[in-house]
Amino acid sequence: MALAFDEYGRPFIILKEQDQKTRLRGIEAQKANISAGKAVARILRTSLGPKGMDKMLQSPDGDVTITNDGATILEQMDVDNQIAKLMVELSRSQDYEIGDGTTGVVVMAGALLEQAEHLLERGIHPIRIAEGYEMASRIAVEHLEHIAQKFDFGPTNIEPLVQTCMTTLSSKIVNRCKRPLAEISVKAVLSVADLERKDVNLDLIKVEGKVGGKLEDTELIYGITVDKDMSHPQMPKQIQDAKIAILTCPFEPPKPKTKHKVDIDTVEKFQTLRQQEQKYFDDMVQKCKDVGATLVICQWGFDDEANHLLMHRNLPAVRWVGGVELELIAIATGGRIVPRFQELTPEKLGRAGLVREKSFGTTKDKMLYIEHCANSRAVTIFIRGGNKMMIEETKRSIHDALCVARNLIRNNSIVYGGGSAEISCSIAVEAAADKHPGVEQYAIRAFADALDSVPMALAENSGLQPIETLSAVKSQQIKENNPHFGIDCNDVGTNDMREQNVFETLIGKQQQILLATQVVKMILKIDDVISPSDF
Amino acid sequence: MAIEKILKDDASEEKGERARMASFVGAIAITDLVKTTLGPKGMDKILQSTGRGHGVTVTNDGATILKSLHIDNPAAKVLIDISKVQDDEVGDGTTSVVVLAGELLREAEKLVAAKIHPMTIISGYRMAAECARNALLQRVVDNKENAEKFKSDLMKIAMTTLSSKILSQDKEHFAQLAVDAVMRLKGSTNLEAIQIIKKPGGSLMDSFLDEGFILDKKIGLGQPKRIENAKILVANTAMDTDKVKIYGARVRVDSMSKVAEIEGAEKEKMREKVQKIIAHGINCFVNRQLIYNFPEELFADAGVLAIEHADFDGIERLALVTGGEIASTFDNPESVKIGHCKLIEEIMIGEDKLIHFSGVEMGQACTIVLRGASHHVLDEAERSLHDALCVLSQTVNDTRVLLGGGWPEMVMAKEVDELARKTPGKKSHAIEAFSRALVAIPTIIADNAGLDSADLVAQLRAAHHKEGCNAGIDVISGSVGDMAELGISESFKVKQAVLLSATEAAEMILRVDEIITCAPRQREDRM
Repeated sequence: MALAFDEYGRPFIILKEQDQKTRLRGIEAQKANISAGKAVARILRTSLGPKGMDKMLQSPDGDVTITNDGATILEQMDVDNQIAKLMVELSRSQDYEIGDGTTGVVVMAGALLEQAEHLLERGIHPIRIAEGYEMASRIAVEHLEHIAQKFDFGPTNIEPLVQTCMTTLSSKIVNRCKRPLAEISVKAVLSVADLERKDVNLDLIKVEGKVGGKLEDTELIYGITVDKDMSHPQMPKQIQDAKIAILTCPFEPPKPKTKHKVDIDTVEKFQTLRQQEQKYFDDMVQKCKDVGATLVICQWGFDDEANHLLMHRNLPAVRWVGGVELELIAIATGGRIVPRFQELTPEKLGRAGLVREKSFGTTKDKMLYIEHCANSRAVTIFIRGGNKMMIEETKRSIHDALCVARNLIRNNSIVYGGGSAEISCSIAVEAAADKHPGVEQYAIRAFADALDSVPMALAENSGLQPIETLSAVKSQQIKENNPHFGIDCNDVGTNDMREQNVFETLIGKQQQILLATQVVKMILKIDDVISPSDF
Repeated sequence: MAIEKILKDDASEEKGERARMASFVGAIAITDLVKTTLGPKGMDKILQSTGRGHGVTVTNDGATILKSLHIDNPAAKVLIDISKVQDDEVGDGTTSVVVLAGELLREAEKLVAAKIHPMTIISGYRMAAECARNALLQRVVDNKENAEKFKSDLMKIAMTTLSSKILSQDKEHFAQLAVDAVMRLKGSTNLEAIQIIKKPGGSLMDSFLDEGFILDKKIGLGQPKRIENAKILVANTAMDTDKVKIYGARVRVDSMSKVAEIEGAEKEKMREKVQKIIAHGINCFVNRQLIYNFPEELFADAGVLAIEHADFDGIERLALVTGGEIASTFDNPESVKIGHCKLIEEIMIGEDKLIHFSGVEMGQACTIVLRGASHHVLDEAERSLHDALCVLSQTVNDTRVLLGGGWPEMVMAKEVDELARKTPGKKSHAIEAFSRALVAIPTIIADNAGLDSADLVAQLRAAHHKEGCNAGIDVISGSVGDMAELGISESFKVKQAVLLSATEAAEMILRVDEIITCAPRQREDRM
């Protein structure tokens, strides 16, 4: 720990409780940080690509998660190191922004850090490295735009979208039935997409899972499912052409929010109060009935008496429906959420062609399907699978596929996958490096090398000779001037990714490079780490 | 500079070979644990809980055993989960699914040791599973059209399921019970409608299915013990003090006389309510909530049988059986549907008095009364019967049936073997391994029965070489027998679920190359 001395040679303390803190400075700090970042990247490296492996994570409570999704792995890991936490953040921001490529971005950042370490050893100043990386990333992003291709799709021609989603799904455990799942995802996104504004609100797609059955039973429901059943066991289980009243007020005695007291001190009061209460229940149900509702969906509970009255008047009802689900139901059925019984009007009712209750398995599990809605802009993907972990992993995979489909609707440019885009960028950056005067040249060249690490990891995970394969593909790309050559992970026999139909989104790839560069720059700029030694 | 520690203090990380080994070891340990319970001669396990009383459970049911284990190994947890799902989904085959998944992993371990990449093994397993499923599909028998035959199929399935349980001595009796009960459901899978009442005493053979409905309650004092042509009102309403529910209302009085007045009013209210209820023209009233002494007395005066505190399931079933509706308000007597039954009487089973509703209108629900020597026997009998009921109700919906006794496994193994021979590349090793894992199940069944498994399985394999063979292991005589003649059947749905979830689970565990364990959450010691 550095001590400072005043002009008389007496030491004085700068940091509070100085001797209880550890401090790393200069090149030491940078190296420690780099090695931490690399360690995180190393964990994820084996998950990359269609032959990537999964990680098993045990949470503090003993629950097991098995996943291949970079963001999930990092989030569930008990990371303590600050720099490692930065990497976790990096993966998370890729997840929020793009939804896919969360593993790739970390691997990329790890490779950049590794290259930076070599440069540091040669004595190049970290800031110069950072700047060189910045320039290189700009070149790479521009180059990506250059090699990107646009493709057309429409509500009838969804094939390209499906192919891209399949690329995303092929690295997950669900790749057994990636085709149907990709189709489901694309159809779901297209049915909620606003093609004119080129935007998709993913909140309108609900992903529900229930254990049991098999993965192939996963289905897309043009409507909403709710994990609830009718409030009274004897209510009808199926309603045709339902008119739905969506309520956020309980079928319970009124509970004014202001503090008050009703004192009962005479017999008359007791009786009038009782009658009022009865009338109140009666009114509530009558109001729903009057506007013509044939189904009541309520956010709150029902009193026993109200429940029976509903049953009695032949008005099926569902209680304790969550707020988000309520909103989705309102969107799907075109109804309005009504906060008070007085405000119920026939126009505010939602409409659905069919509402039915479906039971599963041997336990009493029931779900309510609301289908053939007036406005089928809200859909549900209903996942089945052999066990809980499978369902969870499928949910994550579907989420990735949905995000990819959405990105394509926003921007229909694609680049080819299988590492071909990275290799092509690497060649472009390498070429640009030679033209650059100054020390940054080294950093730019290092960036090109780092780009190679993604296809290298792909080849390694697929059991190919990494260096041999990569150099072969690279020379092929230069020779034929064709940026579509990548790593043939699935052993198909060709490494033209266009033939293999392996696509990735342009924005996803660009974002990966930009985010990784940013984080690496940040890490490189740190030259002093002060941390309390014990906590 | 040493590599900084990335994870928190107690968190651990296992990589590559070590991680894979940890998964294999965990999964195989679980498999070996439940393996001995498989088959008609499988043994039971005693489970002692660590909770208060150190309650003891004796069981043969895979799901029950695994549910009670405290496991730390993550791969083992995956297996427990599939067993649980199997239980929820089809109800039976909870042991088989774990054993098959374990055997698949055991084979995979050998392949990994032989330097075959897990991904190759997975793709081989997938092909094999698909092929096995198709093989089963080709051999299923569907007797949906022929009600008579279908019933005998159900009977066979029930007997096969029960034969591995404690009920195997009286399996015919119980199979009949289960089939009758399920046939009454008429295709619904709602097993809640079948009530199982356990009464210690007597022997298992004394268990019976009651066509009507038995409620484990007592009849109020001074009320009729026997009602013919009963009209029943099923209700869920407060019969203690009918509170005013408007929020904030409370009684505040300033003199004793007023208290008395209000009490009088309350009584009056209750009396009115009772009058209203009686005005429905009923002679039996069943309430989910308590009935206090005062209304009970009123009911007794009117000659109405009042039953209090029937639990929610009881109420629902009763409503289902008698065709009445569950009422909570009583202002419109004309439109409330009232349940009917021919006879209500108090009966004695063992030492307990129960209320028996017979001659009910809609025969959907029914009651099975189990008798047995001890609580443990009864609990296990209930579990076994539950398994049988689950399987049957699933079979009613999916009427495809297979033979049992290791026959399906051998059929699958044969097809899978054939596929292995046709497949080029390393995958064929994995496919072969899959078929070996399938054959492990009949092997274990034979081993558990104390038979020479190597000999039997070899004979079985030879027998299956012929097309359309029905050979399986006849555990009773200890030889290869014709399963169709012996009447050993299994539901296709169960077998398919076993095959698919076991493959899925094995695949999942195989894909893992790293285990990261977070630091266990610190629990404060409460002394």
